[in-house]
Amino acid sequence: MSNLFGQNLGVINLGVDGFADVIEAEGGAAARVDWRPPAGGPDAAAALAKLAGNPAVDAANQRAFDRYLASQPVLEGIGIAGETLPGMGPRHILHAGPPIEWARMAAPVKGAVVGAILVEGWADTEDAALELAAGGEITFEPCHHFDAVGPMAGIISPSMPVVIVRDAVSGARTYSNLNEGLGKVLRYGAYSNEVLDRLRWIGGTLAPVISKALEKTGGIELKPLMAQAMHMGDEGHNRNVAGSVMFLKTIIGAALNSDSSREDVAASADFIADNILFFLNISMAACKCMLNAADGVEGSSMATVMARNGVEFGLRISGLGDRWFTAAVEPADGLFFAGYSRDDAAPDLGDSAITETAGIGGFAMAAAPAIVQFVGGTSATAINATNEMTHVTIGRNPAFTIPSLDFAGSPAGIDARKVVGANTPPIINTGIAHKEAGIGQIGAGITHAPMACFEKAVIALADAMK
Amino acid sequence: MTTRTKFFPNHYRDSVALMRMSAEIAGLPGIDEASFVMATEANIALVVEAGLLDEGPDPRPNDLMGVVTGSGADEIEAAFDAAGEALASTEGNRGGAAEAVLPRSLDAALDSAPASNLALISCPGEYAGAEAMKALRLGLNAMIFSDNVPVEDEIALKTFAAANDLMVMGPDCGTAIIDGVPLGFANRVRRGGIGVIGASGTGIQEVTCQIDRRGGGVSQAIGTGGRDLDERIGGVTMLKALDLFAADPDTDVIALVSKPPAPTVAARILQKAAATGKPVIVNFLGWRGDRSAYPSLTFAGSLEETAHLAVAAGGSDLPPFEIDPMPSPVPADGHCLRGLFSGGTFCHEALLELTPVLGGVRSTSPVDKSLTLNDPWTSRGHTVIDLGDDLFTRGRPHPMIDHGLRNERIVKEAGDPSTAVILLDVVLGHGADMDPAKAMLPAIAEARELAHGDNRRIDFVASVCGTGRDPQNLDRQEASLRDAGVRLAPSNVQAARLAARVLAETAGGAS
Repeated sequence: MSNLFGQNLGVINLGVDGFADVIEAEGGAAARVDWRPPAGGPDAAAALAKLAGNPAVDAANQRAFDRYLASQPVLEGIGIAGETLPGMGPRHILHAGPPIEWARMAAPVKGAVVGAILVEGWADTEDAALELAAGGEITFEPCHHFDAVGPMAGIISPSMPVVIVRDAVSGARTYSNLNEGLGKVLRYGAYSNEVLDRLRWIGGTLAPVISKALEKTGGIELKPLMAQAMHMGDEGHNRNVAGSVMFLKTIIGAALNSDSSREDVAASADFIADNILFFLNISMAACKCMLNAADGVEGSSMATVMARNGVEFGLRISGLGDRWFTAAVEPADGLFFAGYSRDDAAPDLGDSAITETAGIGGFAMAAAPAIVQFVGGTSATAINATNEMTHVTIGRNPAFTIPSLDFAGSPAGIDARKVVGANTPPIINTGIAHKEAGIGQIGAGITHAPMACFEKAVIALADAMK
Repeated sequence: MTTRTKFFPNHYRDSVALMRMSAEIAGLPGIDEASFVMATEANIALVVEAGLLDEGPDPRPNDLMGVVTGSGADEIEAAFDAAGEALASTEGNRGGAAEAVLPRSLDAALDSAPASNLALISCPGEYAGAEAMKALRLGLNAMIFSDNVPVEDEIALKTFAAANDLMVMGPDCGTAIIDGVPLGFANRVRRGGIGVIGASGTGIQEVTCQIDRRGGGVSQAIGTGGRDLDERIGGVTMLKALDLFAADPDTDVIALVSKPPAPTVAARILQKAAATGKPVIVNFLGWRGDRSAYPSLTFAGSLEETAHLAVAAGGSDLPPFEIDPMPSPVPADGHCLRGLFSGGTFCHEALLELTPVLGGVRSTSPVDKSLTLNDPWTSRGHTVIDLGDDLFTRGRPHPMIDHGLRNERIVKEAGDPSTAVILLDVVLGHGADMDPAKAMLPAIAEARELAHGDNRRIDFVASVCGTGRDPQNLDRQEASLRDAGVRLAPSNVQAARLAARVLAETAGGAS
């Protein structure tokens, strides 16, 4: 029988707010919706009508979300990209974000490609490298096509070392490159000799030291480490100080007990200790691992990838597997280093939005009081930023609790339906690159995922549900 | 006494949080001691030193270790279950200091108010269909106040609702009363045994208020939306409401109000109405169908009569329904009636009453299409218009909410020498202007003055739709209007007849 009469009328009021006042004054219950037209206009609204409250999508999302929660990323070792990444060919260069051909690449990405070609020894000069890159002989593909992620330009070429993260639940592996530190670095498009020498040192010294240490430890469980870092003020994207210190603390003993030379261990320890973002790449591979676990659930609208290539922002959702939903990237806004401004900034770049996709980074802003300046400067604004994301997420991650929210879990599992329905774009913390190759990082701040990606994904999912 | 150890793999918690958790678990029935720590070598040593364990397990620093001593294995198992639940909980320890978060979507609102059973949707029409479909999928009934929802959407919504035992009121449903709670534009009427189903908001308002005036009460009032009895929709909502009222123990009598349905739809509705086994009063305003096929149904000629017959059918001792008849014929001598309505059904009912006795009455939605007013902004001859029509409200607030639009028209009519009588409706209740008499009186005074200066006289006739419990108060509104010389009738149908009489007197006096 119908549930309308004699049920203690409970109304959800959407639209004219005054109606809710009357309902409450007359003894009914009224829950108010802070309604805004869904993004994407009536087409997206019609798609949403099909998907919202659709039990098949709800169940699929719960399955995807449960798999994400259950995933147990373990830092297993270090490999060489060309030997380790399944399917990577000898002339492959991987980049951040959705697919893009050489001609359209952003300047910092082009610079990083040049650097990679020089490191690989495929060319001897900048000009020769540019010619090679434009010549069609090199295959450019997104890191994500190889279960890998890279911050900023995200360039991974065959000889580069990669961290290997294994999901203890499924055995599936994900990868990232090693973080080079701040200043002039490849991921911001720099390819001076200093940059290339550092890359060679990372491959020749740092990677083996960590690799041997990891053999000693038998792998490092990453979620507990990330959770602990969040309790120590990291949100896991723009701030990785605690995670980096914890990582060093975790491997230093094993490194000293390995057969690496004392000098190499000391140099490696200094390098990691000097790099407050060292843990970012490892954590990104862990995020990729958790999200891969959630991927491929038919009917699910849960985001599994958000990534930028400096020109386009790309989204993937669990239920539509390998399809990219793209839109022009939005500019980042934030705090700039002395001498730089928004005018100098490159459009948004990097795979590091995998952290937000996994419920940390901007979504865990409330965990990082040290960087609240990015969202308004007070703890309250940081908490509001995190709370705002509960409008777009499937649930909370009990593994990543936030002290300032009295240990509530971080909002996680972005539901594309909710992003469009609530017209609330996911927040992304980000570093800001100079728009010209090679200058490097000029600031950090926040940006938002473009709504258009989510609108396209929702419409495509509604079509697929027919 | 039994002691057990359990590991929770890959759960990191700060030691302070774990101390609190240990204390909580130790307080459970049958538990003596409990210690939850990260299973580091140092922590395990502390547990051994505290005497909880004779011998420590191997360190597993990423795992959380619980050691519990209690009266039996069951108690300890329960304690570990409680610990597991606490670890899996995603809620904060307290409410937290964060700003309250208002949901931005129906589904989020339902999460926060899971006992909800109805979505009231009044967003722009182009989105209303999608929001309503969302509501239905979430298991909510829907009242769609919004208009401009495509008919295809309405068909899809009502088809889905019918298959899932849900109710869709609207689109363009202005009024409903559910369990005594007025929704949208509705009046505060007494509760009672009459179930009202109406295709129009003002139709429901007039019937429920007339029921209230007679001491009767309303169990529920269901708005179907203006298109429900259209062939394409097939009366889905009215049929559903009849089913609900047939089964509702609190509903003794049913009142149906609508413009004439499509013939096939009328048959379906009336058959269903007859099958309820309850007295049903039907008012399909101006319907000319065959009533003899439905001997168990009672057909009413006006909104007021519908209410009267419903109250009588509910057992109240009322005299037979008798109101003053129309004067007939009214001389046609250039003295004209101008009906300026804010409620569509009031306008329609007045047209039905006045057209036969006044001859042609022009309107934007006349009984006879040939009498369509060419320029809606200029009256010609006898004219009765609904100022709530989209024609007039583009860019202007609805005249029930803001009297500006109608006040302008009142003054304009007064400038026309042929205007002799101005007929008005005054609607009270939630959503309507908080003091309509006060809003209207300056325009009425200005109109009178204008006519007076021209040696003419204009009579104002009105009825007030409302109750004594409405925020505007029926008695107070009627008193203000009466004091200003407005001639009041107790219902819309009677106001139409009174207007015709006044016009006849005026014409008679002039001739």
